[in-house]
Amino acid sequence: MEAVAEVGGSYAELSQTFRSRRTRSVAWRKAQLQAILKLLHDHEVQIFDALHQDLRKHPVESFRDEIGVVLKSANYSLSCVEKWMAPKKVPIPLLFFPSKGEVFPEPFGLVLIFSSWNFPISLSLEPLIGAISAGNTVILKPSDLAPACSSFLAKTIPLYLDSNAVKVIEGGMDIAEKLLQQKWDKIFFTGSPQVGRIVMSAAAKHLTPVTLELGGKCPTILDSLPNPSDIKVAAKRIAGGKWGPCNGQACIGIDYVLVEDRIASALIESLKKNINRFYGENVNNLENLSRIVNKQHFDRLRNLLDDPSVAASIVHGGSLDEKNLMIEPTILLNPPLDAEIMTEEIFGPLLPIITLNNIQESIEFLNSRPKPLAIYAFTKDETFKKQILTETSSGSVIFNDVMVQFVCDTLPFGGVGQSGFGRYHGKYSFDTFSHEKAVLQRSFFPELEPRYPPWNDFKMQFIRLAYRFDYFGLLLLLSGLKRTFA
Amino acid sequence: MSTMELEAAVGVGQSLDELRQTFRSRRTRSVEWRKAQLRAILKLISDNEDHIFAALQQDLGKHPVETYRDEIGVVVKSANHALSCVEKWMAPKKGQVPLLLFPSKGEVLPEPLGLILIFASWNFPISLALDPVIGAISAGNTVVLKPSELAPACSSFLAKSIPSYLDSKAIKVIEGGPAISEKLLQQKWDKIFFTGGRRVGRIVMSAAAKHLTPVTLELGGKCPVILDSLSDPSDIKVAVKRIAGGKWGPCSGQACIGIDYVLVEDNFASTLIELLKKTIKRFYGENVKNLKNLSRIVNRQHFDRLRNLLEDPKVAASIVHGGSLDENNLIIEPTILLDPPLDAEIMTEEIFGPLLPIITLNNIQESIEFIDSRPKPLVIYAFTKDETFKKQILTETSSGSVVFNDVLIQFLCDSLPFGGVGPSGFGRYHGKYSFDTFSHEKAVLQRSFFPELEARYPPWNDFKMQFIRLGYRFNYLGLLLLFFGLKR
Repeated sequence: MEAVAEVGGSYAELSQTFRSRRTRSVAWRKAQLQAILKLLHDHEVQIFDALHQDLRKHPVESFRDEIGVVLKSANYSLSCVEKWMAPKKVPIPLLFFPSKGEVFPEPFGLVLIFSSWNFPISLSLEPLIGAISAGNTVILKPSDLAPACSSFLAKTIPLYLDSNAVKVIEGGMDIAEKLLQQKWDKIFFTGSPQVGRIVMSAAAKHLTPVTLELGGKCPTILDSLPNPSDIKVAAKRIAGGKWGPCNGQACIGIDYVLVEDRIASALIESLKKNINRFYGENVNNLENLSRIVNKQHFDRLRNLLDDPSVAASIVHGGSLDEKNLMIEPTILLNPPLDAEIMTEEIFGPLLPIITLNNIQESIEFLNSRPKPLAIYAFTKDETFKKQILTETSSGSVIFNDVMVQFVCDTLPFGGVGQSGFGRYHGKYSFDTFSHEKAVLQRSFFPELEPRYPPWNDFKMQFIRLAYRFDYFGLLLLLSGLKRTFA
Repeated sequence: MSTMELEAAVGVGQSLDELRQTFRSRRTRSVEWRKAQLRAILKLISDNEDHIFAALQQDLGKHPVETYRDEIGVVVKSANHALSCVEKWMAPKKGQVPLLLFPSKGEVLPEPLGLILIFASWNFPISLALDPVIGAISAGNTVVLKPSELAPACSSFLAKSIPSYLDSKAIKVIEGGPAISEKLLQQKWDKIFFTGGRRVGRIVMSAAAKHLTPVTLELGGKCPVILDSLSDPSDIKVAVKRIAGGKWGPCSGQACIGIDYVLVEDNFASTLIELLKKTIKRFYGENVKNLKNLSRIVNRQHFDRLRNLLEDPKVAASIVHGGSLDENNLIIEPTILLDPPLDAEIMTEEIFGPLLPIITLNNIQESIEFIDSRPKPLVIYAFTKDETFKKQILTETSSGSVVFNDVLIQFLCDSLPFGGVGPSGFGRYHGKYSFDTFSHEKAVLQRSFFPELEARYPPWNDFKMQFIRLGYRFNYLGLLLLFFGLKR
C-alpha cells in the first residue's frame, strides 16, 4: 500500500521536476554523470560486497562486467553529451529557398528503466546514464532477484544524484505492475521475452515507446582453424565467454557451440583444460565462478539435465551443489535438439556442443531458430564470414571473440526479432532516450503561388516539375518558355 | 466466421507463407531487386495517373491538382530519392573500435527486418500507402499493404495495380476492414507500420506486443498554429494564405499534420478572420452550394462526427464564418469559430475537418503554456519573426516537428524525420529515415587472435585487476607502465 503511494508520489515529483526544465541544462546532465562516477568511486567495496552477496561474483569479475563498464560509459557521455545535444543542420530543397532545416534532440520526459538481476549494477546504471545524458527524469526499478544490489542502489543513488529527478523504486512484480500502469514517455526494459511482452502490452495503453533488450540462444560457430595457437585462443575465449560472465547467466553469453564432428573432442579437451585453469579442479570448491541467482533458476537448470538423453550427453561436469546454488561448468555433446536445453535459452553454465558434418550447416541451423542477440563465429574463412553476415540475422555478429562488443560504444547494442528491438551504448543511448524534433524555418518571401487553388494548368505543371526538382524546367515554365501540357 | 471471412483468413495465411518463402530466397536483398521495385512504383504512377485522379475524386472529391500535390507528387519524389540513395544506404558504416582491442574492425551493417505490415490511412490513401512501401522495399523487405477500406476506390486501385507492376510474391495488398486487420495482426510480423488514429494505434501496438514486433505509429493530434503579430502587412497576407491553405487545402482539414486551431492575440483576431474569409473565397469560391477545390468529408460517420462538434450551442454561437453542411454531398463549408469553449469537444478532440477555431490570448506568449498543457501534437506551426520567441517555442514545447512561418511542407523535406512524440506517435520516416525504420542495423565486430588480453580471464590477481581498471579508462600510458612493471 505504501509502495503504491510511493509510485504515485514519485511520479508526480518527477513530472514537476521535468516541467521545471532543470534537467535540460548541460550543467545538470554533467553533474549527474559526475555524481555516478563519484558514487562508484566512493562505494566500490560496497558494490563488490553486494555483487558477492547476490551472485557470488569475484571483485575482478565485478569490476570487469559491472563497475568498469559504467565508468567507461559515464566518462564517454561526459565528454560527448554537449555535442550530442547540439542541433544538426540538414539541407532543404532549393525549391523552398530560403529555408533552414535542423534536427533538434529533446528529452522524452519521464523514463522508466527496468534492469535485470544478472548484471544488476551495470544494467541499471548504463541505461540510466543514457536517460540522464538525454535530459530525462528517471525511475529505476532494479530487479528484486538481486536484493543486495537493489538495496544498494536505492540507498546510494539519492545521496549522489538529483533525488527529485532520479529515483529508485524497489520491489517485485506488484510494484512493477503499478509502475506499468502509469503513463511514461519511454520505457527501457532488460529481461526475458516473456516479461518483455507484458511491458510492451502495458506501454501500448499509453502509446509509450519502448526499448526491449531481451536474450536468446547466442550460438558460437567454431570453424576449423589451421593454426594451433588460434585454436587455443578460441577455446579460451569460448570458455571465458561461457562461464566468465555470471556463470553463463548473460544475455550475450554463449549458449551453445556448433562445430564440425572431427573437431569436437579436441574442443572438449581444450575447454576442460581452460575450465580447470580458470575455476580450479576441485568441484566442491570452484573459484572465480558466480553462483546461480536463486533456487528457482537452479531448479530450472537442474531440470534441463534431468532429461535422460540430455544427462547421457554430459561429457564434463554435471555436479550440482544445491546448498550453495553452484553448478559446475558442464559440457554436453549432442544433446537432443528437441530437448529443452536446446529449445530454451539456457542462461546457466551448461554448454551444449552440437556437431555438424560440415560447418556450413551452421547457417541453416541458425536460420531455423529465433534470431539471437549475438552470433559468435571463430573462422578465418572470409567467404564464410560473408555468408554468416548476409545469410543470418542477429542483434550483432562477432568474429573471433566473444562478449567484447558490449564495451564498444560505437556499436549499437540491441536485438532483433525475439531478442528485442531498440539499441543503446554510446550515442545510441542518448538517441534512445531522445526525441529528435524536426525544425523547419521558412521565410515569407518568395511565395509559391502554385501551392494554392484556384487550380490551372500552369500550377499543375509547376507542381509536376517541382516534385522532380527540375529547376531548369521551372525556370522555363516561369519565363513562359515551357508549354503546359495535359 | 463467414465464408468470406474464412476465405480471407486463409488468404492471409497463404500470403504470409509466400512472403516468408520469398524473403528466405534472398531475392529482395539485391540492389537490383530494390531498384526494380522502386522503378515499378514510378511506372505504376505514370501509367495510371488518370486512374489515380479518378479514384481520389471518387473517395474524397479531391481535385487532380490537389491529388498530384498531396499524393502522386509525394510518391514520385520519394521513389526517385530512394532510387538515387538506396545503394549508399545499404552500405555498411565503419565504427571505431577502442585501441585496446587492436587490431579490430567494427561496422554497422543494415539488413531488412523481413515481413512488414503496413496500414495506410484513408485521407491520403495513395501517398500514405506508397511512401512507407517505398521505405520497406528500399530496405529489402517483403510487404503486406493494408489500405484503408474507408477509401475503397483507392484501395481497389492499389490491390489491382500493385501486383501488375511489383514483385507479387514479395509485395501484396490485402483489402478489407477491421476483421481482416485483426486477422493480419494475429500473425507474426517483423515490423508493423501504422498510420491512423490513437485508438487503433493502441490496438496495433497491443497485438504487436504478443510477438515482440517493433512498431512505428504515425498518429495525429491537434496541431496548433501560433500567429504572432507581424509588422509587415505583406507578411501577414502570406501568413494567412498559408494558414488557409494549410487548413482547408489538404483533404479539407482531414490531415494529421493539418492545422487544427489558431492561437492569436486578441487585438488581431478580427483582422485574421477578415483575411481568412477573403482567402477562402479566392480558394474555394463564393457559392456555398458549389464550393470548388475542396475535398469532401470521407464518409457519413465522420460527417456526423463533425456536425456534432458544431451542435454544442456554445460552439455554434462562436461560428463567425461558414457552418453550412451539405449532407448529400458530404461537404462542409470552411468554417471559422472565434473562441469556442475550451472544454467543448471541438477543442479537446482532434477536429480532422474543415472547422477552424481561433483562440484569442491576451499575450501571444501564453500560447506556450496553452500548448504545453495539452497532448504533444505532431506539429507546431508558428508565424513569428521574433527570434527569442522562436527559441522559446523550440525549447519550451514538445511536438513531432516545429515549422516556422509556413505549414505542411516539412512533409516534403526528405532530410527531416517525420513522426510524432507522446500521443502523436513514435518512430519516424521519410528519406533515409524510411530506410532505417524498416532496417535492423547489425553491429559487426571483427577481432583477431593476437594479441590476447590475458587479464580478461581468471584466475584473478592484482595485476589483472589493475589492468582492467586502466583498460576501462583507456589509459594506454598506464597500461604500458603496468606491463613494464613500472606501475605498482
